[in-house]
Amino acid sequence: MSTGTVNAAARTARPFATLSPRTRTRIPLVVTAVLLVVVFGVGSALYEGFLSAQVVLNLLIDNGFLLVVAVGATFVILTGGIDLSIGSMVALSTMTTAWLVESHGWPLAAVIPLVLLAGAGSGALMGWIIHTFEIQPFIVTLAGMFLARGLCYTISTESVTITDPVTASVAQTRLYGPGGLFVSIPVLIALAVLVTAFVVLHHTRFGRNVYALGGNESSARLMGLPTGTTKIAVYGVSGLCSALGGLLLTFYTLSGYALHAMGMELDAIAATVIGGTLLTGGSGFVLGTALGVLVLGMIQTLLNFQGTLSSWWTRIVIGALLLVFIVLQRLIGGRRPTAR
Amino acid sequence: MTPQPATSGAARGIARRAAGHRLLWPALVLLALLLGNLAFHHDFLSVRVRDGHLYGSLVDILRFGAPLVLVALGMTLVIATRGIDLSVGSTVAIAGALACAHLSGAARPGSVASTLTAVALALAVALVLGLANGLLVSGLGVQPIVATLILMVAGRGVAQLITDGQIITVTSAPYKMIGGGYWLLLPFAVLLAAVLVGLTAFVTRRSALGMLIESVGGNPTASRLVGIRAGGLLALVYVFSALCAAVAGLMISSNVSSADGNNAGLWIELDAILAVVVGGTALTGGRFSLGGTVLGALIIQTLSTTVYTLGVPPETTLVFKAFVVVIVCLVQSPVFRAKLVRRPATTPRFPAAAGPTPQEQEARA
Repeated sequence: MSTGTVNAAARTARPFATLSPRTRTRIPLVVTAVLLVVVFGVGSALYEGFLSAQVVLNLLIDNGFLLVVAVGATFVILTGGIDLSIGSMVALSTMTTAWLVESHGWPLAAVIPLVLLAGAGSGALMGWIIHTFEIQPFIVTLAGMFLARGLCYTISTESVTITDPVTASVAQTRLYGPGGLFVSIPVLIALAVLVTAFVVLHHTRFGRNVYALGGNESSARLMGLPTGTTKIAVYGVSGLCSALGGLLLTFYTLSGYALHAMGMELDAIAATVIGGTLLTGGSGFVLGTALGVLVLGMIQTLLNFQGTLSSWWTRIVIGALLLVFIVLQRLIGGRRPTAR
Repeated sequence: MTPQPATSGAARGIARRAAGHRLLWPALVLLALLLGNLAFHHDFLSVRVRDGHLYGSLVDILRFGAPLVLVALGMTLVIATRGIDLSVGSTVAIAGALACAHLSGAARPGSVASTLTAVALALAVALVLGLANGLLVSGLGVQPIVATLILMVAGRGVAQLITDGQIITVTSAPYKMIGGGYWLLLPFAVLLAAVLVGLTAFVTRRSALGMLIESVGGNPTASRLVGIRAGGLLALVYVFSALCAAVAGLMISSNVSSADGNNAGLWIELDAILAVVVGGTALTGGRFSLGGTVLGALIIQTLSTTVYTLGVPPETTLVFKAFVVVIVCLVQSPVFRAKLVRRPATTPRFPAAAGPTPQEQEARA
């Protein structure tokens, strides 16, 4: 007989194990897709000009950085961890980029790899601390959040505007497609990140390790999977995605500011959850995360079109959606862990 | 059983007990911070009576620290059940916003009756919010961090909705009393916080409640099997946490006579968690120390004050806090301790616990 705690942990981590898990885990995803269509439908019915392909593309233009960041968060959440440092890391990379390019005249081509490397490195460092000292990811990434946000302020407490012509031209490039539709370069980068993440998660050994680690860490270790390296790697991926998201945000706003991306970790977590990824780990879809980002963006667009509703409604709606999806996941995910 | 020979043995016994006391390190850190400040401002520790109340840096630390002490008090019990409450910052904002919105709309905002109604309103809403958190955690079995994340995200939106995105300013003498007033020479907020901490300590330590909470945190399944109503207890601690946060919210908004839905209580949840952890309550639940939490909150507040008095940009406090979090967590980590213990016996037991001292030096540099 195995011990009670292991059993309980297995039940908590894999509540879908009893009945047709494939269908069950996809219910939130379907709900999200339906929700996306409904919000788009409501917007189209209410507002002139809402029903256009450019509105959809603008969603990607305005939320490309969030998509990249949320993809990183999905890796971490799939392992059952959490990364609260996302928003601050994004802010720190906008700040570093703007500072190096503007105040020190560094070429953009040198800054980009540096920022990405720093992001991946600090993420991996947090992962290493989490793994080696068995400290909860929540508290380690909380420290990372403080540290990154604090470092932003040590660089500058003011917003740093980028006037560098190369950066500006990259940021303002519009890629035109048929029918006068356009996207920006960050959109292509974000989509490339999404596709890469999909391939990595579903078609590589590393991806399978990520799911196994989230499903049940002790089982994964007993099976001989490299749980430590995987854990360090997912936080590294999250850090890398945050840094890349920060670069995209820098292009989007052409500035670095310590107050950029306040609370973005919450948006990223919300998008991941709305996209059908279980916060307990082990089950979820990175494409669902993309849907989640689109839903959040679509709601924002709807509120913008509405005009009189203020920005705080976005937070309330995101909170409400988060509530609905978490409750939905609990309900379809089987019984509560304490009830047996 | 064998009587120790004479005085030196007894003294050694006391010394050993003090060295092993869980409040020793937090107390030393606080002392070190205060002495560090004294080195820069020679009148740092002096307390005078001016305009009929006590005046000085120490009083300020207590006064501005009172809301944090309260929020951390609620957080301690939540963490003792192996949970976490991320929504306290939003609750702080909502409570302040509601009270100020009520007062600014009242016919006589200066009357005691309006103030009491405003306070009651804020507490009632906090009760509902805490209950919602508690039901999500105990009823639906959602992870605490996720359950309270919802209110953390939505709450600030709600606070802004209440204040209509503005900063509501109120003029009400009784309301001002809560956070900015003085009574018996002392700031009223400090007295209020002290009374609430005392009551909580009395209830949790003089009845079985504290032990039950620790038992739920230690092992929820086992405590349910021995007949403890874990669900009700869980809901209770989240309600308590929300109520504490609401009182803190009233203090903060009363102190500045205004409600700011956007910034009131911003990141106080993180400070509170930090205070609890610094105070020696492990995030893994199962035991808690209210005295440690109070010390922890005062350390955090002193750290912030230190940064202010040193003239460092206040935003960089975050960097110091980050180091404190990492060091404290490393010290608490059994793995980290095990790695240290394997070294020669000359290594002190908790070498890193005196952590903030390097940061202090860094801050001075």
